[in-house]
Amino acid sequence: MSFIPGQPVSAVVQRIEIHKLYEGDNLILGFSIGGGIDQDPTQNPFSEDKTDKGIYVTRVSKGGPAEVAGLRLGDKIMQVNGWDMTMVTHDQARKKLTKKNEDVVRLLVTRKSLEETVRQSMMQH
Amino acid sequence: MFLRERSRDRHKSLSKESSRSEKSVTINAPPEGPLLGNQSVRGEEVQDDNWGETTTAVTGTSEHSLSQEDIVCISKDLDDSVGLDCKHYLNVALSVILGLVVLLTPLAFLILPHLLWPDRLRACGTACEGLFISVAFKLLILLLAVWALFFRPPRAGLPRIFIFQALLATLVLLFVLSYWLFYGVRILDSQDEDYQGIVQYAVSLVDALLFIHYLAVVLLELRQLQPFFSLCVTRSTDGATQHYNLGQLSIQRAAVVILENYYKDFPVHNPAILTASKSRTTKHLAGLKVYNVDGPGGNNGAAGIAQSQSRAMIAAAARRRDSSHNELYYEEAEHERRVRKRRARLVVAVEEAFTHIHRMQEAEQKKASVDVMDPREAAQAIFPSMARALQKYLRTTRQQHLHSMESIQQHLAFCITNNMTPKAFLESYLTTGPTLQYGKDRWLARHWTLVSEASVTSGLKDGTIFLLKCIDFNLVVTTKKIPYIQLAEEFIDPKSHKFVLRLQSETSV
Repeated sequence: MSFIPGQPVSAVVQRIEIHKLYEGDNLILGFSIGGGIDQDPTQNPFSEDKTDKGIYVTRVSKGGPAEVAGLRLGDKIMQVNGWDMTMVTHDQARKKLTKKNEDVVRLLVTRKSLEETVRQSMMQH
Repeated sequence: MFLRERSRDRHKSLSKESSRSEKSVTINAPPEGPLLGNQSVRGEEVQDDNWGETTTAVTGTSEHSLSQEDIVCISKDLDDSVGLDCKHYLNVALSVILGLVVLLTPLAFLILPHLLWPDRLRACGTACEGLFISVAFKLLILLLAVWALFFRPPRAGLPRIFIFQALLATLVLLFVLSYWLFYGVRILDSQDEDYQGIVQYAVSLVDALLFIHYLAVVLLELRQLQPFFSLCVTRSTDGATQHYNLGQLSIQRAAVVILENYYKDFPVHNPAILTASKSRTTKHLAGLKVYNVDGPGGNNGAAGIAQSQSRAMIAAAARRRDSSHNELYYEEAEHERRVRKRRARLVVAVEEAFTHIHRMQEAEQKKASVDVMDPREAAQAIFPSMARALQKYLRTTRQQHLHSMESIQQHLAFCITNNMTPKAFLESYLTTGPTLQYGKDRWLARHWTLVSEASVTSGLKDGTIFLLKCIDFNLVVTTKKIPYIQLAEEFIDPKSHKFVLRLQSETSV
């Protein structure tokens, strides 16, 4: 998941569709994010490349909408509803995820195990 | 240090390893007697107790009769000391003569014209008389300077002459002689009338002597102040090592500096501690016997037999060694435990003893209802309660020959007088201090020999190795040059210290 500046990034992604849940007055998704281009990438425990400033899932609440939809701890979020998440600040990412007038978010996430699964299935053929 | 040692034969000690027959055998303990004087305690100790072995070895020589060996020793001592005195007095005599010559020469230059041709001499004007004052004061300064630099008690007797001093003395002599030569030829023979010229000539002599004295200060004192070599001094018996930084000195002068520092830096030489390792090695080699199976006229020649014997012994010793390290480990652990136990008892006993002593204030002294004691009596009063614990501790750490009962009581009185705590009193017994800490009769090493492959008046060089031998041990000295240090500079602008805060925040969505 490392990137070379100027070159397009390619990754194996999984589509995840999360339906927001009403909790009191707020709509919640049930996970926490960390990372962003304004944050310190070396403190990210989930990234392989410590210069990666992408948005990562740092906590998934049990039984919440995110877990039900298939989001896992340590996933890197590449797109939210079509908006790119690889080069955004932390606050911009939060805003894109918590829009009040949307109750469904469609994420493209990537994780290391996805690449391995694809590679294994390709080798079998 | 070369000190007179007429009384040495009374206090020499016989260590187990030395086998020099010229020494006389005497009791190891000082004439004040053993520590506590109760014979029953000695029987319990099985550890090496110096009194036990040396009292049995006294053969026919009491303190008042002289054996043949004693006579030889005394005559040797006398020879040594007479030789030293001669050399020392010769030096003093020579320097006094040179000093007098130097001092009186300018005065002679000034006075002789007045004595020999007073009528023809031109009168001395004011400038000339001013020069008299300058001569007088410069001579006074020269006198003080020479006294300060040269007439000090000597610190050590060196085996060879001190090159710089000899050089300077020769220089001064030549200088004064050449001035006298010139004076004699040009002034006395021709009977010059220009007295001012003569006075100026005398002033120039005194100036030049002051400059020679400056040269002496630089050569003798200043040159070796800048550190140039680092000397590593190791004691051969127990490996105690110290490092000293010295300047450019000759080997003999470096040896003197090292010995002066030896007495304050190295822990005192304790032969009792060294016997343990030797006994271990002799024990396990002694158990091996070599049998020659081939016979004398067999396949191997004589050399081959000797070789195979030694190889067999070494191989067997190597196999044996597998178990003796175990013994060493347990023995040392046991010893450590015993020392700590005795130490704890000692500390408690001493602390308790010190609580009985109270210093009386001035006001209370007037109305003395109980006996008032001076420090010595106070020490004697509390000594018995800690004496046994102290003696046991000293026996366990094998220091009992370094301290006599008298010295312990003196130390106790000293500590009481100066308001020291029990811990301060005990410090000199719990740790072995440098040799200076113990009385002069414990300084087992006072006669030193310098052993060197290079000439002792040559300067120190990188890699010079020399030995300082005394009767009981050697000090091995190796020299290393201090490397040339190249310092570079880096400038940091004080405004360049700036910091940013980088966080990793986590938001739940």
